[in-house]
Amino acid sequence: MSSGTPAVVVDRLTKRFDEFTAVDGITLTIGRGEVVGFIGPNGAGKSTTLRMLCGLLTPTAGQATVAGYDVAREPEKVRQNIGYMSQKFSLYGDLTVRENLRFFAGIYRVRREDLGSRMDFAIRMAGLEGREDVQVTTLAGGWKQRLALGCAILHRPPILFLDEPTSGVEPEARRRFWDLIHDLAADGVTILVSTHYMDEAEYCNRIALINQGRLIALGTPRELKGSRLGGQLVEIACAPLGKALARMSAAPGVLDAAIFGDKLHVVMAEGGLDLAGLRQALADGGIQVGEARAVRPSLEDVFVRIVTRKQDAPGAAA
Amino acid sequence: MNARRVRAIAFKEALQVWRDPRSLAVALLMPFMQLILLGYGVSLDIKHVPLCVYDQEMSQQSRTVVDGFLSSGWFSLARALPNEAAIRTAMNRDQCSAVLVIPADFSRRLAMTGRATVQGIFDATDVNTTNIAMGYAEGATARLASEFESKYAAAHGVEPSAVGSVDLEPSTWFNETLDSRNFIIPGVVAVILALVGAQLTSLTISREWERGTMEQLISTPVTTLELMAGKLIPYFAIGLIDAAFCLGAAIFWFKVPFRGDLFTLFVTTALFILVVLGFGYLISVRVRSQLGASQIALLVTLLPTTLLSGYTFPIDQMPAPIRAISLVVYARYYVSILRGLFLKGSGLAGLAVPFAGLCVSALVILWLAARAFHKRLD
Repeated sequence: MSSGTPAVVVDRLTKRFDEFTAVDGITLTIGRGEVVGFIGPNGAGKSTTLRMLCGLLTPTAGQATVAGYDVAREPEKVRQNIGYMSQKFSLYGDLTVRENLRFFAGIYRVRREDLGSRMDFAIRMAGLEGREDVQVTTLAGGWKQRLALGCAILHRPPILFLDEPTSGVEPEARRRFWDLIHDLAADGVTILVSTHYMDEAEYCNRIALINQGRLIALGTPRELKGSRLGGQLVEIACAPLGKALARMSAAPGVLDAAIFGDKLHVVMAEGGLDLAGLRQALADGGIQVGEARAVRPSLEDVFVRIVTRKQDAPGAAA
Repeated sequence: MNARRVRAIAFKEALQVWRDPRSLAVALLMPFMQLILLGYGVSLDIKHVPLCVYDQEMSQQSRTVVDGFLSSGWFSLARALPNEAAIRTAMNRDQCSAVLVIPADFSRRLAMTGRATVQGIFDATDVNTTNIAMGYAEGATARLASEFESKYAAAHGVEPSAVGSVDLEPSTWFNETLDSRNFIIPGVVAVILALVGAQLTSLTISREWERGTMEQLISTPVTTLELMAGKLIPYFAIGLIDAAFCLGAAIFWFKVPFRGDLFTLFVTTALFILVVLGFGYLISVRVRSQLGASQIALLVTLLPTTLLSGYTFPIDQMPAPIRAISLVVYARYYVSILRGLFLKGSGLAGLAVPFAGLCVSALVILWLAARAFHKRLD
């Protein structure tokens, strides 16, 4: 891979299973050393896209190159340049930490003189010092995931595809995992990581929002949060929520309303209602209103806003 | 093909077998149990056939005949019958499978003509047992005959060969050794190796699919040939151990005479193990659940191998279409090779036809197995 070419180029990539379109014309370019997050609900098509990029699934239409190699025509060349962590835990539970590492080092033909240092690095990285001879099945989730990452980077691949690596892992271990991802990125590794945790998107250089097989937004977290909402976000504590949602959705000057936890998030158009007007509108509907304040949007707000806008106007451009 | 990768896979696979009680049981316990079941259970030899005796003469001579039958070990005395009617009763009540009738003029005829006849009545509901029991009776009669013959010859001063003997009626074919074990055991070894071999590898690929490790494995640059070679090597070693155990038991425990040479035995056995492992691997690639793969491996090896390999039912007695089908039952080639090696002492040259059959089977099955696996999820 020469320094000029992007690490990953995805061009109208599509995957259909019979009648179901899992991935629908995704186009995306990832530069070297970037950390790009695939964000979207379960079943959005994130895993299918990653599997196509690893050469594990054949694209129905469109194409993709990874490290300069076409994923459909030269999957073996692609595989020499990538590390992959599948969604389901995929190390050998009946082997020990060291045996798993040794196995993948053999598969990737890590040079013998590098073997010791690479394995030590992976063990240290995963925080598994002293547990080298423990069978992997007995390890807790966070350790397993870090070991899986360790196995995937033994051969120092320039590109990493991580499919929901933090799924089902406790928050502290998730944060540690992201530290590892950033360490790797600092060394120039390109990382495409999928997650359904919206908060993790903040750790990425760029975010690709995926829904129903389509790429619905692409940009830095700041860009997405700043420009995509199209109005001011207000968080209102009120009850009952359902009734408040119905009333707000119909109120003039309200672009969007959604329930977030036990609060209501409302996107208000410029020059529409102000906070006081909003409270009044809710109170008129017999709704108890607590605190209402302008907040900075989270990615979840952006995601929900984009998805609802799409559904309202199917032809709208992303 | 990269030796480093093959070694990594083979080592990993060996560790997994070593730590998996189910695989270990299949590898080591199954051959042992099958050897006992098939080696003894399917033996066509029958000892202590319950025999009723209706001795109409009750003389010293007739007593000698009865003792001759009983001392052979093939028969044991169930009852002595007092009259003709008791024969039917005894048969009906399953008190015996055979009745020996010695006519009242047995001694007189023997003394006068040098020929006498005893009657054997066999319960033919179990044709197989009947055939064998008849064989035993023939054997016992023949031995008695030669005894009486020498006595008669000595008493009458004639050459033994010129005189008659004691006959069994009805007379049947004569089997010199009266031991079906020599014929059965080499076939049993082939059946066991076919079953165990296919079982061993039937789990190897499906296990990776079931546990989710396959997706990781096929995302690496490992090639399908490296994967197959690495996967088969540890099972090949286990297969050789199983073969050594079964063949050793055949020679030293079941005392089947081995007249061939060890080199030919090793080459053909190694080839046969390769075929059965390749077949199990092929199933494992096709069926992604461990249970399904092992069930299918059992089904598609057990029936054809036991029925169509010639291990119990001679292939040349089968109708032409079945004979044609048996050509793909690769175990038949190893069965004939083992029989040739054990009983006839044939060399590789004499076994050219079944050896060629085995080679073709190996090529076809390994080719199919190598082609069957794709590093794809769709």
